[in-house]
Amino acid sequence: MKPALAAIVCGLLFGIGLTVSGMADPMVVLGFLRLAPGWNPALMLVMGGAVAVALPGFAWLKHRRQPWLGGSFAQPPSTRIDGRLVVGAALFGIGWGLAGFCPGPAIVSFGLLQPAALLFLPAMLLGAGLARLWPASAAVGPRGDTAESGAAGDIA
Amino acid sequence: MLAALAGGILIGLSAFLMYASLGKIAGISGITYAALDGGGRGWRLPFLLGLVGGAWLAVSAGARLPVAAMPSSSAGIALIVVGGLLVGLGTRLGNGCTSGHGVCGLSRLSPRSAVAVAVFMLAGVLTATLLRGLLVAGV
Repeated sequence: MKPALAAIVCGLLFGIGLTVSGMADPMVVLGFLRLAPGWNPALMLVMGGAVAVALPGFAWLKHRRQPWLGGSFAQPPSTRIDGRLVVGAALFGIGWGLAGFCPGPAIVSFGLLQPAALLFLPAMLLGAGLARLWPASAAVGPRGDTAESGAAGDIA
Repeated sequence: MLAALAGGILIGLSAFLMYASLGKIAGISGITYAALDGGGRGWRLPFLLGLVGGAWLAVSAGARLPVAAMPSSSAGIALIVVGGLLVGLGTRLGNGCTSGHGVCGLSRLSPRSAVAVAVFMLAGVLTATLLRGLLVAGV
């Protein structure tokens, strides 16, 4: 029960943050990504504000052996910088620049029944499903990495 | 500007509390895909529920969130569908999005996340600045 409660509180804070910051509005996001007259730099402050809080927080937690509610701290499934990472990040960036939604705002907007998100989120989940067809070792560098795809949920 | 900063601080606080209390990374793409695969629903589904609930609360309290209308042109619709497919494929291949690699990865000083953020920011800016306008005028 406690983990569910903690998760829902964290979700609430995240959802409020996404909405208040303007990040949940694809037009604001595109106004930031498009370097043109009328460029809106505000979204830099979203990432900046988030990191300004989380960075010292994570550093402080380094000295702890266990999370407050027990269990263990999640470790990244991979620390390698490989083709799969770069290709994935590039495709994500292109999709983000086309539609103005990244996953968090897409879920929030879907939940609020925003028409464009009702189209975007199913497409996004389909795209995520297509990643399974991507051979772990093909076209992404010399070494295969099946563990990475298997543990996708642990880090991000 | 202040709203963006305040929202960012709340997001950072959420990411910190997730890791501090549960030891979990607040990466939304990974949480979503793993929840759909059936893993760790005890905390993933409540987080996602809270995410939507938080947005609803913010809007109810007066935060501005304009309607994201369905595009009227077929080109506009294609842009959203193709964008969605690429975001899903890319975040799954690259194991993370703006929250997992961006907020959490950068805060953990992960070189892997720093590379991911540099690549998706560059790709996002180039696409929105150069490509999008060519594909759909006025969308």
